[in-house]
Amino acid sequence: MEKEWFTISVYSENNVGLLNRISGIFLKRHINIEGLNVSKSEIDNVSKFTIVVNTTEKWVKNIVGQIEKQIEVIKAFYHTDDETIYQESALFKIDSALLFDERQIQNIIKESNSQIVTVAREFFVLAKSGRRNEIDEMHEQLKPFGIMQFVRSGRISVSKDEMQISNMLKEFQPNYN
Amino acid sequence: METIKEKKAATNTKSTINISGAEAIVRCLLAEGVDLLFGYPGGAIMPVYDELYKFQDELTHILTRHEQGATHAAQGYARVSGRVGVAMATSGPGATNLVTGLADAQIDSTPMVCITGQVTRELLGSDAFQETDIIGISTPVTKWNYQVTRASEIPEILAKAFYIARSGRPGPVLVDITKNAQIEAFDFLYKKCKGVRSYNPTPKPNLGSIEAAAELMNTAKKPLIVWGQGVILGQAEEKLKAVIDKAGIPAAWTIMGESAIPTSHPLNVGMVGMHGNYGPNVLTNECDLLIAIGMRFDDRVTGSLNTYAKQAKVIHFEIDPAEINKNVNADVAVLGNSKETLELLLPLLTENKHEDWHNEFKKHHQIEFDAVIKNDIHPTKEGLTMGEVIEEINIASGNKAVIVTDVGQHQMIACRYAKFEQSKSNITSGGLGTMGFALPAAIGAKMGAMDREVVAIIGDGGYQMTIQELGVIFQHEVPVKIVVLNNDHLGMVRQWQELFFERRYASTVMVNPDFVKIAEGYHIEAKRVSERKDLKATIQEMIASDKPYFLEVKVEKEDNVFPMIPSGASVSEVRLK
Repeated sequence: MEKEWFTISVYSENNVGLLNRISGIFLKRHINIEGLNVSKSEIDNVSKFTIVVNTTEKWVKNIVGQIEKQIEVIKAFYHTDDETIYQESALFKIDSALLFDERQIQNIIKESNSQIVTVAREFFVLAKSGRRNEIDEMHEQLKPFGIMQFVRSGRISVSKDEMQISNMLKEFQPNYN
Repeated sequence: METIKEKKAATNTKSTINISGAEAIVRCLLAEGVDLLFGYPGGAIMPVYDELYKFQDELTHILTRHEQGATHAAQGYARVSGRVGVAMATSGPGATNLVTGLADAQIDSTPMVCITGQVTRELLGSDAFQETDIIGISTPVTKWNYQVTRASEIPEILAKAFYIARSGRPGPVLVDITKNAQIEAFDFLYKKCKGVRSYNPTPKPNLGSIEAAAELMNTAKKPLIVWGQGVILGQAEEKLKAVIDKAGIPAAWTIMGESAIPTSHPLNVGMVGMHGNYGPNVLTNECDLLIAIGMRFDDRVTGSLNTYAKQAKVIHFEIDPAEINKNVNADVAVLGNSKETLELLLPLLTENKHEDWHNEFKKHHQIEFDAVIKNDIHPTKEGLTMGEVIEEINIASGNKAVIVTDVGQHQMIACRYAKFEQSKSNITSGGLGTMGFALPAAIGAKMGAMDREVVAIIGDGGYQMTIQELGVIFQHEVPVKIVVLNNDHLGMVRQWQELFFERRYASTVMVNPDFVKIAEGYHIEAKRVSERKDLKATIQEMIASDKPYFLEVKVEKEDNVFPMIPSGASVSEVRLK
């Protein structure tokens, strides 16, 4: 089986230690987590983990099964890149002098569709959202001028098809009050 | 004690009582029906022990000699009784000593709740004396764990702990409770946990899949059932027997499923797996339908997956959705509690005999009998075999004993030759293979089934890993029978060295102490048998005794266990010598 990129979406209770439990599932199988994001979800009081892995479908199924088994996990899904809309965000901190000295930088900002978040006397900050390759390309373009700091977020994604979770929660809810 | 009894009456009422967290812990245990727990005190759990002292009329605490012993005793208790086993320890080393038992209970799906003390909340993260991150450490080996830092959390968390440990596919739960939470007073009210919104323990059976399973079972020419512990955990023994009887399907068991169906049942064709029986292993690769019930296709069962039952369709009855297609792909997956699903299956099955197919098992049994079993049970050579010891125990106990085994050659021999009439009678460390399991597990098993004969069968290696638990047997007069099959070797490792490492016996020769003297040091009646002529009478004497009894049997030093599927080989490549 070929390795592919998969996005795993985990809906869970907001719980101390659950991240440790989930990451342990990858550790036990010697599979690296390539991207991780934790945020709130479309459902009140339900957290969402977005995890990116490069592995085979057999293993991603196994992992999702093990994740769903965790008590505080409500539901987990996996999708290929074709089945999701996804993005990452990046921040570039750059010496302010370059903004005036290097015309090329202004072109990069325009062409890359990035935003200037702030401009201070010493530095300015660019924000860029998009696919990994777009961010990498911008990084390559800015690198020769010197990047003071760079950071890129984990992937966030939504699936094209519905994730059957809200109805499930409604079904559960009345039983436990 | 009157005041305590009065207070106890309040445990299950709707009114609250103002008590300490430590007292609340004890009351939660009582409310869950716990009357016995195993543990070891220490600084961070002392407030709870103080309450255990006050409640000793209602709740018996057994002081094991090591925290690992407490977990295995709790496991033995749980496995024989079907109830949740409880173990308690202090923080730091007390807690870390629970890890092996937790891992064992996790892989063998044993319901257990472990309670650990923890340093006070203000000291968390300060590397305080006996502080350790037991939540972090125990996460991969628990079904669920939680750190309580406020007394007010105790009732809800312990209720949840017991619910999670026993529901669905059971497993171990650890609750770590900081010392301040044990000391603080709060308004206590206990409510049993009835569900957790994010946790669906038992999938509802799907009738469509059960109909599909019945269709395959009714049309198969050479069907084979392999059942596992899921049948015992689901209390589905009678349903399974009814299915087997009606459909006339030969049925084999994994080591964890042993004793669910009596050994004498004519369609019980024996054990599958590395040291299982010849017939069910070879015929796994000849059946046209493999019906797996409450088992998880462990590698010790399947051998090489690339050559495992490739010719057969597979039906998998299983409670845990994560087990479906994990190792072996199922043509039909039937999710749910095994008792419920088999009950729905039963009326859909047509009666059948499969006589020719069953005769195949008989033929293979004869081959195995001639090549292996005859010499194991009725040896003609001088040295005693493990097999003949097990057979004498069968005879003396009338096949009614609970057999608790450790890990290694003696375990495989015991599971191969022990005969059972009653379920929950074979207690062993199946998935984790924990040497040192048997002695404490036998103590727990006896305390979970005082009316039953409990015989621990242990190798000389594993025995010395938890030998200190003899102290519990002596102190509490636990009438377990301990049989050490002593070959002065780590026998199974030695066997592999002989077969696969050109007889390089690296660190497998054991220079052993006088085991009889050690048992006598604990005031336990002890005998040693070295010759065949003494075996039968001594085993009869042991079984007849109503006290703890230790028996060392000096067995042949370099015997091997066969049949054997070499690691990574196909089930059909099972070797008879």
